[in-house]
Amino acid sequence: MSPERVTIVEKIMDANDQIAALNRARFDRAGVFAVNLMASPGAGKTTLILETIHRLAPRLRIGVIEGDTAPVTIDADKVTAAGMPAVQINTGGDCHLDGMMMSRGMDQLPLESLDLVIVENVGNLICPAAFNLGTHANVLIASIPEGDDKPYKYPNIYRGLQALIVSKTDLLPYIQFNMDYFLKGVEALNPGLVHFPVAALRGDGMDAWIQWLQEQVAAKKKA
Amino acid sequence: MHELSVTENILAIAEKHARKAGATRVTDIHIVIGQLSSIVDDSVQFYWDMISEGTLCTGAKLHFSRKPAQMHCRACQHTFTLIRGELIPCPECSSMDLRIVSGEEFFLDSIEIERDQPDQEP
Repeated sequence: MSPERVTIVEKIMDANDQIAALNRARFDRAGVFAVNLMASPGAGKTTLILETIHRLAPRLRIGVIEGDTAPVTIDADKVTAAGMPAVQINTGGDCHLDGMMMSRGMDQLPLESLDLVIVENVGNLICPAAFNLGTHANVLIASIPEGDDKPYKYPNIYRGLQALIVSKTDLLPYIQFNMDYFLKGVEALNPGLVHFPVAALRGDGMDAWIQWLQEQVAAKKKA
Repeated sequence: MHELSVTENILAIAEKHARKAGATRVTDIHIVIGQLSSIVDDSVQFYWDMISEGTLCTGAKLHFSRKPAQMHCRACQHTFTLIRGELIPCPECSSMDLRIVSGEEFFLDSIEIERDQPDQEP
C-alpha cells in the first residue's frame, strides 16, 4: 500500500454543466429562445410571466416550465389558463432546478412548435445561481420591496445574468430604495448588464422588456 | 441549501478518478471553494459521511481550501478582499467601480489514494 496524490482539477458542477449544454443544443435545434427567470419568493415571477404572455401571445408561441418545491400547480394552472403549454416540475423540496429536471421538463413541451420557453425557477436567490439549465438567458427579477442591498448580499446570482428586471417600481414612493446604490452594486458584479424597471400590473416599463425579449427570439430564429 | 447535490458531484468525480487510477481506497479529498461560491463546508461534510458509505471513498477526509474573494477598484487601482463574501465599496476610496478578480472557484483539486502494488509486495 502506498498513499499517492492524484491531481484532478475538475469543476464540481461539471456534470450539470454538461447536461445544460445538451439542453441548450436542443433549444437551438428547435429554434427556441429560452429564458431562466430567477427571483426571491414574491418578487413577481408569475405575474411577469402572465403579463409577458399576454403581450406576446398573438405573435409568439410560448411554453412555460414551472419549478416548484411542492406539487402545487397554482402557477402552472394560471399559465395554462392563459392558453399556453405549461409543465410543472416538482423539485421534491429541492431549492433549485437543475439541468436534469430541466431536460425532463423539455420532454413534455412541444419544442418544435414553440418560439420562446420561459422557465420559472424556484423562488430563491442562492441556489439557482449555481445550476446552469441550458437556457440562453438568465434573468433576475429584483423587486423594490426586497430592498436596494440585495446585490451586495447575494452577489452570486447577479454574476451570470443576461438581463435584470427591477419589479414593482410603483412602490418606490412608499419604500426606502436607493436606485443609484442598487445599480452601482449590480454594475460592479455584472458590468453593462441591461436592466428593465417595470411595474407589471400597471404596465409601466413592460414595452422595453417585451422589445428586448422579441429581439432575442428573432435572433434565435435567424440563427 | 443545495449541498446534497454538490456532495453527490464530489463523490462521483472522486470515484471516477480513483477507479481510473486503480485505487483501492481514497483517503483524502482536496476541494477549492471561492468565498463567493455559496457552499457551506459543514453541510457538505454532513452529507458526505452519509453518501460515501460503501464506496471507494468511505471514511475519506474532506479538506476545504477557501479562496478569498478579491476585488479590484477601477477608480484607485486598489485590490482588496471581501471578508464575508458580501460586496462592499473600496476601503481606500469608497468607489463602487469594482470588478471581481477571484473568489468564484469551486473545483475538486486532488485526491489521495491507496492502491495495491502486488509486484513490489513480498
